[in-house]
Amino acid sequence: MGDLAWIFVSSMVVNNFTLMLFLGLCPFLGVSARIDTALRMGVANTFVLIMTAVAVWVLNAFVLPSAPYLRLIAFIIVIASLVQIVEMVIKKLSPALFRALGIYLPLITTNCAILALAIFQTNREYGLLEGVVFAIGSGAGLTLALVLMASIREGIELVDVAEVAKGTALVLLIAGSLSLAFMGFAGLLSSS
Amino acid sequence: MPSAPPAPDEVKASRLLVTLGGGGVVAGMLLVVAFGLTLPTIEANKARELAAAVNEVLKAPARYETLYVVGGALVRKVPDGADPKKIERVYLGYRSDDQRVGFAMVSAEAGFQDFVRIIFGYDPKTRQLLGMKVLESKETPGLGDKIEKDQAFVSQFAGAQAPLIGVKQGKRSSPREVAMITGATISSKAVIRIINNALKRLGPLVDAYPQEGKG
Amino acid sequence: MSGEISPADLHCGAPGAGAGAGARRIVPPREDLVKGFWRENPVLVQLLGLCPTLAVTNSVANSAVMGIATFFVLVGSSLLVSVSRRFIPNEVRIASYILIIATFVSVAEMALQALVPDIYKALGAFVALIVVNCIILGRQEAFAGKNPVGRSVLDAVGMGIGFIIMMLIMGSVREVLGSGTFLGVSLFGPAYEPWVIMVLPPGGFFTLAFVLLAVAWLKRRKALRARAAERHDVAVVERAA
Repeated sequence: MGDLAWIFVSSMVVNNFTLMLFLGLCPFLGVSARIDTALRMGVANTFVLIMTAVAVWVLNAFVLPSAPYLRLIAFIIVIASLVQIVEMVIKKLSPALFRALGIYLPLITTNCAILALAIFQTNREYGLLEGVVFAIGSGAGLTLALVLMASIREGIELVDVAEVAKGTALVLLIAGSLSLAFMGFAGLLSSS
Repeated sequence: MPSAPPAPDEVKASRLLVTLGGGGVVAGMLLVVAFGLTLPTIEANKARELAAAVNEVLKAPARYETLYVVGGALVRKVPDGADPKKIERVYLGYRSDDQRVGFAMVSAEAGFQDFVRIIFGYDPKTRQLLGMKVLESKETPGLGDKIEKDQAFVSQFAGAQAPLIGVKQGKRSSPREVAMITGATISSKAVIRIINNALKRLGPLVDAYPQEGKG
Repeated sequence: MSGEISPADLHCGAPGAGAGAGARRIVPPREDLVKGFWRENPVLVQLLGLCPTLAVTNSVANSAVMGIATFFVLVGSSLLVSVSRRFIPNEVRIASYILIIATFVSVAEMALQALVPDIYKALGAFVALIVVNCIILGRQEAFAGKNPVGRSVLDAVGMGIGFIIMMLIMGSVREVLGSGTFLGVSLFGPAYEPWVIMVLPPGGFFTLAFVLLAVAWLKRRKALRARAAERHDVAVVERAA
């Protein structure tokens, strides 16, 4: 159990996917202007992450040992297919949810965080439960980073910012500060 | 979003499949070739790295053999059907006169930032460590990464007595104690903990490994 | 993968990658090549491929190897996509591009692991992540899928070089300030206490932010000067009249 707790805390804050590992930056810079869109993007990502973790475990356990060089192709095909399937399922089951979330789903395919999860899970040889906890933790971490960034950006909307810094440069500076703050989480659950 | 107008499904579907399937086959062949070409070099690199690490922590033995942890004991051969890469390994070094130098063990646990993986040499007869080398670490540069860069810290492990106890800098008074790095206490404690836990787990197996002539 | 919203259209093709849009005019081959260096630099202007730009640029050696690997994948994929653009049905366009890119990345991974194992370990998962680097998918979508082989290759080479330039700039700043070395060679001697933060994640964000700031500042200065020159010319004309 201690292992699972460490995996969760590590993937959520200590080695946060966005702020410490630089994964999932494209949505982070593009979709983090409003809190509700950020939250929805984060939730959609977490959902896909969990499904990816399960799919990757299945692949690693049963299919890939015989063809390790096909790993990358298999992962990317599975991820793209999962996103398509999730999109179709959500559209059928809940048109309201689709209208809220649906536009973000295709963006998730090229989100490097998903593929990175697949690769990390493989390299660390996580079992099914560890993989799912890892996915939940990293998804929570992504959502946390997105929502924090969105709150700050909403807060500074009316502030007078220097012309040259407007736009991505400002977001990167904020991200750097958030990253600096998150470095303080290192050592959580690690000492004994 | 408008969907594509209904097209003659037969023709389209087969063409899609042929394109993707054909592409997949070509891709697969290319990958198999690349894999075959690079695999020997990759394996050779890994073997060389491992040999260098084992040599460092066992004080340059004349040769070493790989033992596998199977069913609570150390064995020379992997049971049929099992994948050797998935089984934990311990390396036994010998001097040129076939006397045993000691066992090298690899273990990893959570450090400060992320997992720390180390290899260390251990002589069960004297219960002494022969050396320690950090294989993988993501500790903070300038602070935590001193566990691999600070020679004063690393060299303490040669001749240290198991089980280890961590103490503050300058307070080392016995071979059982290891002075931790100031400003990198958690990383240092992690190394000590990894060694102690690995010895708790593998120590009995190593002690029980029969001498030459048997096993 | 014949979804209604193609991932590349919404995301990799989004801001800046305007090479596909706009009026058709005769573009000289030289421009195909050179536009990727600065004017349409994939990182600075199009803001694509930021994940590796921030993650592996804590040393010049890592940046260079990553840049070269990405260059190889970009040029190879563009070449192959352009050659087969008439055979790929529109519905499976994205799937085919991704298949081609993933194959090249797998080959690049194996080659790096065999040739430079230490740097490969330092780059970690980011070599495999070249597959989802929007620069590559973006160029296939916007250019290689619609243009002849020669132009596609020039475009890819230009974009690849632009990416390498950015990687080297980031890597140099971060390694010199953060470790006091360049390509591993110590610049300031052992007594120098480096800004370790520069080789840590926050340093990556801050460095890219300041590079963007510097570029914006230079552009603004150029625009202000142009406007001042214009006003000066107008004033001269008015006085003469």
